[in-house]
Amino acid sequence: MSPRPGFVLDVDSSTPPTLFWRGERLSLERLPEGSRVVYPPEPLDPLEDPSSAIRHALLHPVGDREPLPALLSAGMRLTIAFDDISLPLPPMERPDVRQLVIEQVLDLAASAGVDDVELVCALALHRRMTEAELRHALGDRIYDAFAPNGLLTQHDAEDPSNLVHLGLTDRGEDVELNRRAAESDLLVYVNINLVAMDGGHKSVATGLASYRSLRHHHNPVTMRHSRSFMDQDRSELHSANWRMGRLIADAGVRVFQIETTLNTDTFPGAFHFLQKREWEWKAKDRLAYAAASAALDRTPARVARRIFHSVRAPHRMTSVQAGEVEAVHALTTEHVWRQQGVAVEGQTDILTMGLPYISPYNVNSVLNPILVACLGLGYFFNLYRGKPLVREGGVLIMTHPTPWEFHPVHHPSYIDFFEQVLSETTDPVEVADRFEEDFATDPWYIHLYRTGHAYHGVHPFYMWYWCAHALEHLGAVILVGGDTKAVHRLGFRAASTLTDALEMATDVVGPSPTLTHLHAPPLLLADVT
Amino acid sequence: MSEPSDTSRRLRPSRAVRSDAALGRPAGGRRARGARGPSAWAARAGRARFPLGAPTWPGGVPRPTPEPELGVHYDTAWSRRYPVRLARAVVLDNVTRPLARLVAAPELRGGEHLRDLDGPVIFAANHASHVDTPLLLACLPLPFRHRIVVAAAADYFFDRRWKADTFTFLLGAIPMERAKVNRRSAELAADLLDDGWNLMIFPEGGRSPDGWAQAFRGGAAYLAARTDRPVVPVHLDGTRHILPKGRSTVRRSRTTVTFGTPLRPGPDEDARRFGVRIESAVAALAHEAATDWWTARRLAAAGSTPALRGPEASAWRRAWALPEASRRDADQHATAAGGPPGPEWPPRRRA
Repeated sequence: MSPRPGFVLDVDSSTPPTLFWRGERLSLERLPEGSRVVYPPEPLDPLEDPSSAIRHALLHPVGDREPLPALLSAGMRLTIAFDDISLPLPPMERPDVRQLVIEQVLDLAASAGVDDVELVCALALHRRMTEAELRHALGDRIYDAFAPNGLLTQHDAEDPSNLVHLGLTDRGEDVELNRRAAESDLLVYVNINLVAMDGGHKSVATGLASYRSLRHHHNPVTMRHSRSFMDQDRSELHSANWRMGRLIADAGVRVFQIETTLNTDTFPGAFHFLQKREWEWKAKDRLAYAAASAALDRTPARVARRIFHSVRAPHRMTSVQAGEVEAVHALTTEHVWRQQGVAVEGQTDILTMGLPYISPYNVNSVLNPILVACLGLGYFFNLYRGKPLVREGGVLIMTHPTPWEFHPVHHPSYIDFFEQVLSETTDPVEVADRFEEDFATDPWYIHLYRTGHAYHGVHPFYMWYWCAHALEHLGAVILVGGDTKAVHRLGFRAASTLTDALEMATDVVGPSPTLTHLHAPPLLLADVT
Repeated sequence: MSEPSDTSRRLRPSRAVRSDAALGRPAGGRRARGARGPSAWAARAGRARFPLGAPTWPGGVPRPTPEPELGVHYDTAWSRRYPVRLARAVVLDNVTRPLARLVAAPELRGGEHLRDLDGPVIFAANHASHVDTPLLLACLPLPFRHRIVVAAAADYFFDRRWKADTFTFLLGAIPMERAKVNRRSAELAADLLDDGWNLMIFPEGGRSPDGWAQAFRGGAAYLAARTDRPVVPVHLDGTRHILPKGRSTVRRSRTTVTFGTPLRPGPDEDARRFGVRIESAVAALAHEAATDWWTARRLAAAGSTPALRGPEASAWRRAWALPEASRRDADQHATAAGGPPGPEWPPRRRA
C-alpha cells in the first residue's frame, strides 16, 4: 500500500485521545470536540538502491555542473564538507547517508588520483562532534583513513588563520569562509535535508562561515522577516544566504552540492506507535504505549533522556541529487514537500503542540529551557508555508517539563544567558543590542567552543532570535507541565494541565476559540491557505 | 493584521479536555461487585478505555479496507525461525509422539522406503481424521520430522487468528487454498521445498466424510513436478475410528501407517497423470493394509487394486463395503482381550 498523505482530522466524540509529547514523557489528551489535529504523511517508500542512486546523481548532475569525475584530477585540492550532528533527528541508524555519499565521492577521487583531500565538518557555531559521533556519521572506514592524519577537521569559526574574507554582498554583508574550503579547487558539500529550511546556499554560507558573517542573518530583524524559514521565497534568512552563496560562487569557489532527503520513518521497533495514528493503534501499540508511558513516568529524567537519545531513527533516503547549488536545492525542496507537506485550511486561535526530547542542538544532551523555547517557537511554529497555523494574537500551548537544567559542557553560555540576559529582558531586539557582543566575543566561551564541545558563546542568542517571529506574532505562550520558574523566566505562562492552559488561553483569544494540534514528530510542513 | 480564524469550528464548551488520568479505568466508574473469573476479566478488558482498550474510530475518517491477514494471506514465516522450531520439536517429541502412541498405537510399514531419500520430499496421504497429521508427524523419522511443513486448509485452520497461530506453531502448518487454485499457496509451498523443507499434504483436500477417500487433487503432483522432488505415498488406516469427521471426542484405536515407494513424475508425464499415479499408489497401500503386501502387489500389477473411493452406491452400501467393517468382529475380540477398543457399534447419534 502506498504511503498515505497527511491530513487534518476534525475531532469528534468518537476520536480517541491524542498523543502528546512531553519531552522524555508521553501522555494522551482528549481534545475538545471541534478541534483539529494535523497529522503528518506516512513515510515515503525509500530508494530501492541508494548506492546506485548516489552514483547516478554524481554522474548526472543538475544545473551548470559537469559530472563529478570530470571535475576531479590528479594534483587538485579537494575538500568535502558535510552536515554536523544537528542532522538528521534523531540520528539515523547506520549507515548514515553522509557515509554512503562520501564513500562514493572518495572512490571517484581515488580513481582520479586526487591526493589532497580533506574532510571538514560544517559546524558553523555548533559544538564540535565527538569521535563516536563522527564515526557514526562517516563510518569507521572514512574516519580511520582521514582522522589520524589530521585530514578530518571540524570548522573553527574563531580561527582567523583558517578563515578568508571573500567580500561584501550588495547589502554590505561580510562573507567570511573556511579557508580550506574557499581555496580548494573543488568543494563538495554533502547535505541531509531534513526540513525545507536546510540546504541550498545555506549549507556553505552558514555551515562554513564565521560569526562575522553569520551575524548578518542570525539576528532578530532577519528572523522576523522570515515567514517562514521553511518557505525560501518568503524567508529573509534564505535571501541573505542566497546573496552570500552567489558571492561565494562569484569569488571563484566551485561548489559541487550533493543533497539528500529522508523519509519520516522516525522511530524504530518498540517506539513505532509514536508515528501511527491513534485510532489505528493495534493491541501491540497500545501495550507499548502503556508500558513506555508508565515506565518513563517512573524513570529518572536523566535515565529517560539516555534511553531516548540512544534511539536511532530508521530513516531511509528518498532522493539524492547533485550539481549546481540552486538547481539541486530546487529538486530537494520538492522532495521534502512531497514527504512532509500537509494542506491546512485556515488559521486557528489556539495551537497546541507536544514538544519531544530532541532538537537540532541537544543531540546527546539536555533540552534546556532556551532550547525548549527554540524548538516550539523557532521550529515547530515555523513549520508552515503561507500563513502560520495560529492567527496573529493567538495562543501557543506547548507541553514539556522544561527543567531548569543545562548541559555544562555543551551549553555553558546558555547558563549565563538564562541567568543574566533573560532575567533582564526577553525582547529579542533588546537582547541583541545590549548583550550579544559581550557573549560573542567572550574569550572563555570562544576557548570552550574551539577546544571543547561547547556551542559558541553567541549561540543562545541565536536560539532566542529563532523565536522572534513567533514572539511578535503570538498573543501568549503557555507551557504545560513545565518548571514554573523556568517558564516564567522565558516570559511564558505556566499551566499544570491542558485544561488549565485552555482556560488561560480563552483570556487572550476569547471564549469558544478554535484549536489545532500539530501532531509532530514525525515532522510535517503545513501549507496553510 | 491577519484574517480572523474560522468561526465554524468553535469548540464545544460542554466537553472539557480530559487527560489520560482515566487510563485503563473502565467506563462507568466503580466495578460491579461479585464479577470475577475469566469472563469478567474479558468483559472488563472489552470495556477498558484507550489505550488499554481498543481505540474508537473518528467519525470523519473513512475506514480503510483491512489488509487480509488470515486464510492464505496468513504469514507463517515466524514458525520457521529457529527458536519456534526448537519449541515445536520439543512439543512434538515429548507430547505429540507419546500421545499418538497412546491413542493410535500405530503400526509402521514401509519405513525402509525413507532411508535412502535425500533432500526434501512430499508426503501425500489419505485423510480421514484430524489425528492424521499428528500421527504421521509422530511416525516420521528424524531427518524429516523436524523440518516439515503441513499443508492445511486455509479456510478451516486459518480462519481465526488463534487457530492460525496454534496450528502454525504445533504442526508447522501453512495455508493451502482448497476451493480454488491459488498462486500464493503454491508459491509458498514450492519455495519451502526449494529451501529444504519437507511437505505433508493431503491431496483429498479434506477429511473423508464416510470413510472412503475422496478424489485426489493435483497439488502434490504439481509441486513435485515443479520442484523435482519425490512424492512418498502414505496410507493411514484406522484413524477414522479415533476421531472421524463430525465427532469431537477421541477414542483409542489401532492404526497402520504405510509408506510407499517414492514416486517421481516421468519425463512425459503431466501433473494430472502423475496425480492419478499417486492416488493409485495410496490405494495399493490401503489394500496392503487391509490384506498383505503380496496380495496387494499382485492386484496392483494386474491393475485390479480396489479403488480408494469405494463403490458408486448408496450411502449405506458404501458404509457396508468399508474394509474395516470386515474387521469389526476382530476388534471387538481385541477389546475383550484388553487391546485398544474398536469403533462403537451401533454408532451413537450426536446430540
